[in-house]
Amino acid sequence: MKPFTYARANDRADAIAQAADATYIAGGTNLLDLMKLEVMAPDKLVDINRLDLSEIRVTDDGGLRIGALVTNSDCAADERVRQDYPVLSRAILAGASGQLRNKATTGGNLCQRTRCYYFYDTAMPCNKREPGSGCQAMQGFNRIHAILGASDACIATYPGDMAVAMTALDAQIEIENADGETRLVAIQEFHLLPGDHPEKDNILTAGDLITAVILPPPVEGKQIYRKVRDRASYAFALCSVAAIVEMDGDTIASAALAFGGLAHKPWRDQDVEALLVGQKPSADLFGKAADQLLADAQGYGSNDFKIPLTRRVLMSVLKEATDKGAAA
Amino acid sequence: METTELSVNGKTHKLEADSRVTLLDALRNHLGLTGTKKGCDHGQCGACTVIVEGRRINSCLTLACMHDGDEVTTIEGLGEPGNLSDLQAAFVAHDGFQCGYCTPGQICSATAMLEEAKAGWPSFVSDDLDGPEGLSDEEISERMSGNLCRCAAYPNIVDAIRQVAGRQVAGAKS
Repeated sequence: MKPFTYARANDRADAIAQAADATYIAGGTNLLDLMKLEVMAPDKLVDINRLDLSEIRVTDDGGLRIGALVTNSDCAADERVRQDYPVLSRAILAGASGQLRNKATTGGNLCQRTRCYYFYDTAMPCNKREPGSGCQAMQGFNRIHAILGASDACIATYPGDMAVAMTALDAQIEIENADGETRLVAIQEFHLLPGDHPEKDNILTAGDLITAVILPPPVEGKQIYRKVRDRASYAFALCSVAAIVEMDGDTIASAALAFGGLAHKPWRDQDVEALLVGQKPSADLFGKAADQLLADAQGYGSNDFKIPLTRRVLMSVLKEATDKGAAA
Repeated sequence: METTELSVNGKTHKLEADSRVTLLDALRNHLGLTGTKKGCDHGQCGACTVIVEGRRINSCLTLACMHDGDEVTTIEGLGEPGNLSDLQAAFVAHDGFQCGYCTPGQICSATAMLEEAKAGWPSFVSDDLDGPEGLSDEEISERMSGNLCRCAAYPNIVDAIRQVAGRQVAGAKS
């Protein structure tokens, strides 16, 4: 690990004042891993763990405000999250291990970095780690890589589960900037596609501090988080689906679908959802939804299997979500 | 250099160490508590699991200086020869190890995991998010998936944990 200076922030103003030339550390489970490998080498860490951002509370409109330092464990176990946003509890519990969820925070988890093998290997070129150096994944080992929204510069995926559920839930991210101003960003606008600048994972700029994630009031419908991975537990998603589907009699009244493991950000396609709404569930309809989702999908060799896999996972989730027999 | 006060197994230590020192290295190299093991050093194997402020964590993925004032429990604090904790005794009774390298992490993890189950926390395999009805073998395996055992003593590890869970967690559903 490269040397760095360490400073503990006592409050938000203190943290932001120190942040200009520094990297925040919260749970640190991803950052320290990357620092040990010297994939990341910040000169200065500002420890934000003592900030007062660990509360989950109901918002004025009946939604939920999850403080940025709420741990994954606490968020998944929160009674209100379990009751009203079960897809979020399920997604968090599908990720990492008990030990990691005890350290990982809501804000930090949003910022976790790709698990692309070449990003982690400092002996290899990587446009995300070293802009302009090239991408080895495109013609290399790319089993875990993107099939949607990739660019000529980068085919890495965003690895997390929590943000996928939050995307289906239309969460907003509260960010305080270096001037102390707070803004709300829809989670779909938070993570970026790689484009020509894969070094940028998200919209945060120097000094920006995530202070909370805000969930809208609970919605009707069945909530499902389905994750497919190489082993039964403690592995990243090859494909995951967060689904919130409401039925009106025999027809689909609304559908929110977000996908993990497929792209540089949690993927959501409003055209897929529009195609389902007002229709009677059927294998034919679900097939059309998969066609729409995967119309522009591209494999790079080792990850070609993700295209048919995603089709099957989506169809299976939609069948479960629209099955009148099962409880919500 | 950072000055950090750590309470480890009930005893307060003042640590003067480089900011880069992980909690794991502080415990082993600075405080001489070598029960906690370094496996992968990247949070993937769980050998370094300790309990901090009541929660199990990977001590390799956190800096010692981030834990100023925190209470840490390591395997040495759970029990000792002649006065084993329930889980330590159960691991011996069920032969829950072969080489033993992952065992301190397994036992620290399981100790805190049982508290999580008692608090009614659900897991990925729980049918109902209200929490588990006792701990099935599937629940134990899922909740312990952050602890690898390269000797593959998993069946006996699950046996040992099930024995203690049966006494502590029965009807944990909140």
